[in-house]
Amino acid sequence: MADAALALRRPAPRVDWFWVVPPLTVIGLLFFYPLALIARQAFTGGKTGFTFDHFASVLRSRQFHSALWNTIEIALASSGGCLVLGFVVALIIAFVPFRGSRDAARFIDTFIALPTFLMALSFTFIYGSAGVLNGLLMDITGSNAPPVDFVYSIWGVILAEVTVFTPFVLRPLLAAFSLIDTAQIEVASSLGAGPWRIVRQIIFPAALPALLAGGSLCLLLTVNEFGIILFIGAKGVITLPLLVYDKAIQEGDYTPACAIAVINVLLSLSLYSLYRLVLAHFGGRNAGMV
Amino acid sequence: MLVWSSSGRGLIWAFLAFVVGLVYIAPLAIILAASFAGQWNGVFPSLPTLSHYASALTGDSGAELRASVITGMAASAFALTVGTWSALALRGLPLVPRRILDLAFFIPSAVPSVSVGLGLLVAFSRPPLLLNGTVTIVIIAHFILISAFTYGSVSAGLARLSPDFEQVAESLGARPLYRLWHVTLPMILPYLIAAFSLSFALSMGELGATVMVYPPGWSTIPVGIFSLTDRGDVFEGAAMSIVLIIITLIVLILLSRIPTKVAPR
Repeated sequence: MADAALALRRPAPRVDWFWVVPPLTVIGLLFFYPLALIARQAFTGGKTGFTFDHFASVLRSRQFHSALWNTIEIALASSGGCLVLGFVVALIIAFVPFRGSRDAARFIDTFIALPTFLMALSFTFIYGSAGVLNGLLMDITGSNAPPVDFVYSIWGVILAEVTVFTPFVLRPLLAAFSLIDTAQIEVASSLGAGPWRIVRQIIFPAALPALLAGGSLCLLLTVNEFGIILFIGAKGVITLPLLVYDKAIQEGDYTPACAIAVINVLLSLSLYSLYRLVLAHFGGRNAGMV
Repeated sequence: MLVWSSSGRGLIWAFLAFVVGLVYIAPLAIILAASFAGQWNGVFPSLPTLSHYASALTGDSGAELRASVITGMAASAFALTVGTWSALALRGLPLVPRRILDLAFFIPSAVPSVSVGLGLLVAFSRPPLLLNGTVTIVIIAHFILISAFTYGSVSAGLARLSPDFEQVAESLGARPLYRLWHVTLPMILPYLIAAFSLSFALSMGELGATVMVYPPGWSTIPVGIFSLTDRGDVFEGAAMSIVLIIITLIVLILLSRIPTKVAPR
């Protein structure tokens, strides 16, 4: 609290460090302190000596490799999907508007507040082996084996995550599109520019900050996603958060869980830095995030 | 207007209706249908029943409902207090420390929920703070995960609040606490309500940290839905999902009816 004392001694401008202390203490005790203990457990294994052995054995395990690879693959594919779907939907809502198009945007937006695992649950009803689609296809083709079974693979996870996280791209894109002067598009159109050219040369450049911001936010959210993967429960699809859960709760082995959690948190924090850098570079307003 | 021909527009709208229908409406409709299904062997469910709802509202599921609402309310109230407090406190700081502390309050939202739960288990499983196995640890986990959203929402509200009102109040001799309670907080009330609503919705759906820390007898609706579907009671899981959505919506609608007399801007 040496800083506080110094700040108080200076007469003007008066800075109230005192009021920052209570909330900072709460977050420090309940969040940063536990986070530091995860790192300590990962390096000590709950004993006194400091060692890299726990990390080494995690890094050597095939389970970890496959979880890391799955996490990255799912994050990249889902974020890509969110960008494409979000861009197309935002383009239609903003530039080919219809009565109720704003309501459609608001409806999709409410999915931000819904739990992600709902989508995984409904996927098993729609595309699962006893689901509607397979029932329909089996009725039509007369076969006895369910023809569609992508749900229990990495594709089911990716499709569910695209659905759940697209609103996080749609919202900044619509905000960015509302800043585009429609006269610009009408002039371009009257000068003979086709819709593709307008999208490519006017809309896309204006949307780029929002796409980058939304995309990096999606990367972060998909790396951290847990509910969808737990609910789909595909045998081969283990990601880093799920591996942490398996080690800590199913196997009761905290030290490897902590080592994996440290790596997972570092990955998440670097993606979060990427997101903040994008916002800082373009300014929150241009990226549609303010 | 990007597309001028009416047939082209029609085609694009049909495409959008198909995508939104397939990706967003169908999943919700299917869960709703499944929650009433006694049996579902073909394309359509059969033997409609309300029994899944009856069991979703009583017994273990009823207890989960209660636990979820209490956890959501307590964690959101705590997060709103801390978030508002930190947003107000950070206003008076110089730029550089403000940026750093701002980051510190946002970082909890960037960390995977499972790791937040693991951290709480590691930190609070031994004295002096033995919280493992209590209801408190569940509320703390939810608080951590939603605190950044309340902080962000209240900060956004404060940033849009013109300083004139507070300066006028001060020049008229209002003491800081009076000013806070009668000027600042009422002016940002819409943001406070929005922050509480989003917090409550997120807490109702929280799964990752809850499965790590929940004690016996305090499992929440999402944990309940998972154990139901995991052992094959998918229709009851669907009914609980609908109950979860409806309770969240009721709370959000009630909150949106709070009159906000002083609207900023």
